Amino acid sequence: MNALLKTLRTAPLSARIGMALIAAYAVVALLAPLLAPYPEAAIVGAKYLPWSAEHWLGTDMLGRDVLSRMIYGARNTVGIALLTTLLAFALGAGTGLLAATLGGWFETTSSRLVDVLMAVPSLIFALLILTIAGTSVVALVLVIAVLDSTRVFRLSRAVAQGILTMDYIEVARMRGEGLGWIIRREVLPNASAPLIAEFGLRFCFVFLFISALSFLGLGLQPPTADWGSMVRESAKLIAFANFSSWQAATFGLAPLLPAGAIALLTVAVNLVVDWVLHLSSGLKE
Amino acid sequence: MTRLLDIRGLRIEAQSREGRTEIVKGVDLSLNRGEILGLIGESGAGKSTLGLAAMGHVKPGCRITGGSIRFDGLELAGADARLLRQVQGRRIAYVAQSSAAAFNPAWRLIAQYCEGPVQHRLMPRAQAEAEAVSLYREMRLPDPERIGARYPHQVSGGQLQRAMTAMSMSCHPELLIFDEPTTALDVTTQIEVLAAIREVVRRHDAAAIYITHDLAVVAQMADRIKVLLKGREVEEAPTREMLAAPREDYTRSLWAVRNFQPAPRDEPAAPEPILSIVGVSASYGTHPVLRDVSISVPRGRTVAVVGESGSGKSTTARVVMGLLPPTAGQVVFDGQVLDPLSRNRPRTLQRRLQMIHQMADTALNPRHRVREILGRPLEFFLGLRGRKKEDRIRDLLDQIELEPDRFIDRLPGELSGGQKQRLCIARALAAEPELIICDEVTSALDQLVAEGILRLLDRLQREMGLSYLFITHDLATVRSIADEVVVMQNGAVVEQGPKAQMFQPPHHPYTEKLLSSVPEMDPDWLTRLLGQRQMQEKGAA
Amino acid sequence: MILKLVLRRFAIGALTLLVVSALIFWAVELLPGDIASEVLGQSATPETLAAFRERNGLTDPAMLRYLHWLGGALTGDFGLSLANQRPIAELIGQRVANTFFLAGYAAVIAVPLAIGLGLLAALYRGSALDRFISTSTLAVISFPEFFVAYILILLFSAWLGWFPSLATVSPGMGLGARLYATFLPALTMVLIVMAHMMRMTRAAIVNLLALPYIEMAQLKGLRRWRVIAVHALPNAVAPIFTVVALNLAYLIVGVVLVEVVFVYPGLGQLLVDSVAKRDMTVVQAACLIFAATYIVLNLLADVLGIVSNPRLLHPR
Repeated sequence: MNALLKTLRTAPLSARIGMALIAAYAVVALLAPLLAPYPEAAIVGAKYLPWSAEHWLGTDMLGRDVLSRMIYGARNTVGIALLTTLLAFALGAGTGLLAATLGGWFETTSSRLVDVLMAVPSLIFALLILTIAGTSVVALVLVIAVLDSTRVFRLSRAVAQGILTMDYIEVARMRGEGLGWIIRREVLPNASAPLIAEFGLRFCFVFLFISALSFLGLGLQPPTADWGSMVRESAKLIAFANFSSWQAATFGLAPLLPAGAIALLTVAVNLVVDWVLHLSSGLKE
Repeated sequence: MTRLLDIRGLRIEAQSREGRTEIVKGVDLSLNRGEILGLIGESGAGKSTLGLAAMGHVKPGCRITGGSIRFDGLELAGADARLLRQVQGRRIAYVAQSSAAAFNPAWRLIAQYCEGPVQHRLMPRAQAEAEAVSLYREMRLPDPERIGARYPHQVSGGQLQRAMTAMSMSCHPELLIFDEPTTALDVTTQIEVLAAIREVVRRHDAAAIYITHDLAVVAQMADRIKVLLKGREVEEAPTREMLAAPREDYTRSLWAVRNFQPAPRDEPAAPEPILSIVGVSASYGTHPVLRDVSISVPRGRTVAVVGESGSGKSTTARVVMGLLPPTAGQVVFDGQVLDPLSRNRPRTLQRRLQMIHQMADTALNPRHRVREILGRPLEFFLGLRGRKKEDRIRDLLDQIELEPDRFIDRLPGELSGGQKQRLCIARALAAEPELIICDEVTSALDQLVAEGILRLLDRLQREMGLSYLFITHDLATVRSIADEVVVMQNGAVVEQGPKAQMFQPPHHPYTEKLLSSVPEMDPDWLTRLLGQRQMQEKGAA
Repeated sequence: MILKLVLRRFAIGALTLLVVSALIFWAVELLPGDIASEVLGQSATPETLAAFRERNGLTDPAMLRYLHWLGGALTGDFGLSLANQRPIAELIGQRVANTFFLAGYAAVIAVPLAIGLGLLAALYRGSALDRFISTSTLAVISFPEFFVAYILILLFSAWLGWFPSLATVSPGMGLGARLYATFLPALTMVLIVMAHMMRMTRAAIVNLLALPYIEMAQLKGLRRWRVIAVHALPNAVAPIFTVVALNLAYLIVGVVLVEVVFVYPGLGQLLVDSVAKRDMTVVQAACLIFAATYIVLNLLADVLGIVSNPRLLHPR
């Protein structure tokens, strides 16, 4: 714990900004019901109200408060992305480490399977499966987790393979150590930095992916507030934006706000990931 | 003679993550035309940095912070790119340690040869090609007319190193920098390259700086020797003078390594073997690497296995340890036939047979502390826990001469190369083994450190009656530590017997070649050897 | 040797395509219930169901239907759309052309620009240009495609009014008009794909410049441009080709979102609409085309990598 704090203190400005932003998102997501001025799906005013003291970010095409939906959106979008990433990671890193350590038929079969899944772009695959399974949250999470776990598998297998060529693994094997010890005590401590960085990158990818599907109308379904769907719902407003008054101009921002919220979080995560990668490359020296 | 190169008070700094460190701390160096200066020192002495600086070049991340580098009246320290281009390659040429990495894989050898003279507008391409062929011939490359048409990966290491020396001569430079040009080569190959380099440098009357960590090599090549230690000069003297009477203790200690002799021990009549390798053959895939190898290790003795790269000596160790199952033959340990695979061997057998790797760096998990590295085998093999385990860890650290209180909580990254190797020895000892396989355990270390490791191994053998199977390519090490010697070549045993017998003629022809190729401290050794070989060839013809 | 490797890679590519086509086909078979009742709904009579099955060849065994579908796909015949019973080939023909036009448009701008800037960033490492490129790259990589698209629309369409926000194209349109109409979607894709491409090009070159033979070339007293052009570039060809092919593959996928934003009549738009309508046969056809393009581009990257490796080109 102390070591962790010490490392955090050496973080460069960019990583600090990233961490602060992530913390802010986390607070908003956790405290959404306390922070939001109106309920998530309630119609609280006229349609398409411009920004005002009452509705800071105006209202949407049904008359729901945009600010409230943005706040709830943090909870829904980020929460589901996090859940999916965790699932993808457990699946991908587990099988990846196991495949590298065990070798043999397990490695061959799992690698071939991953090769096939990765031969097709994830979006295309996801669209195919969602056509069949329908667009429920469970299907969404499962499909994306499985597709994304392929990349985690590739990385964790490659990292583990690099570590497994080290003589200290040979020493452990000659000693007669079991599989559990080798993965847990010899491989994992050395693989942690690249895996943490990969977790950040995967989260970004999953987050953007879910948002993209929602934007296409195939992700989270209404009335759940979700940033991707909000972009989709307000997209046509951009054409009505005129720059005669600042309130009219805010129509142009309607799709950009949720899209920007998505972009800002991914930038923040990437800033932290860059730093972690930098740290882990330093360890190799 | 005129001064060709004059370096005064040179300081070079390297920028690293931890900040700046000075790696050359005010060194003077001067060189006359046609003179060869040997630069010698251990790793981290700054000799390569100094060699490159002599051409006005510093590695990325380094910078010259003080002093001057005057080459034939031109100041190279801080010189602009235009001036450096006129000097580098054309008047000062560089020969790198790894020719395989220093040749561009995309171009033929001769194209890379011609690039310098043609780009510097010294001669037309046709003339450059003709000169290349004659230099290839001088360097005694096979098929000099056609070897230039090959790509770098198509010729052997020794040939490539000679092709690079030829390339460095392409602009008829006045000064050549040789940066450990033979370090990566086997001894028998090294001789050919050394002879070719020396001849070509003398014939073209060039000056040279010859960088190496091997005193015996530098004795053959240099007129004068400069000894460096941690970025500072220790002493400088003409070669013969320095060899006869080194002034500084450090220089003398470099000599001493070669003289290490284990304490004499009483000779019980032929002890029974603890390990017998019987008719073992092995292959990687379909490629055979061992052919009918039989070696036996008597209890309490050291058997040294020597051979050049590709001789199968490390593969033999892997077979014994059960990492590579043999295709034929068996390994017998203390009367029991060992299972071909390590994982099928009972734990007691695994305990009694330990191995120490060449690279201590990769043999220690960088995330485990010393306590865990030594504690795990104690727990695993002997079932020690708690207080008892802790005490034993401290005993082991004492045994390898590392102070327990200072070292027990360190990570491998916080140890020096020699300390890491000692830790590996302690880890092997923790299992209370009877036989330890030492796979090139000293070859990645500086000579002084290596000597310390040899002394330690010798002491442990005396105290605990250990047996060693000692794998090495270095005959000096064999001479000092072995009781019996096995010579391997191309996956087979060429000759074996007690040390005294092996170092006395008559030898098997390969053993003869191997023995005679080891450079000796005598500056006339190479000349004499080449003379002898020429005589033999004449006699044979 | 090299021929063997290339042929092997082609064989693997063909096999992958076969497996993926099977996956696309059989995934639909996993659907609970059957397609006919799915499409015609609860109100369908047994007779209409039977007629529908007959017309769409659903009565045959699955294996036979797969072979039939695959054979048809190879000759450009993807069967009938479930939603409106029109031949799929007719639906997608023009759209495939539109999609490839847009992707090609973006690629022609993005590839030379990205490689050029990536090279510059690698050569002048640590310079202002390099820092600008790596910062902007980080930003663009983190942005969702639609974010970039809407910023461009807001800027160039809503505010400046230079380009249309909807990329409307019709078959008879001239090239100039077409390029103008599709400028914003193309620019969006250029921005998205360039960031990756620059980053990867830079990394490939930086790795290369750290190699001993590059230092050796400098120590020969060669001019900087010669070190780069003669010593670095021939060895950089393979990694750069890989970068380009991978990014073109990425482009093909990115096109789906961009088409939706700009309401561009391409294959991606059709795919998304068909997913919403659950028009299986059209989804299958579109997925197969996207997947095949992606696989072929990856194949190309690998083959170019093999062919430009001197060690393989000139065996011992």
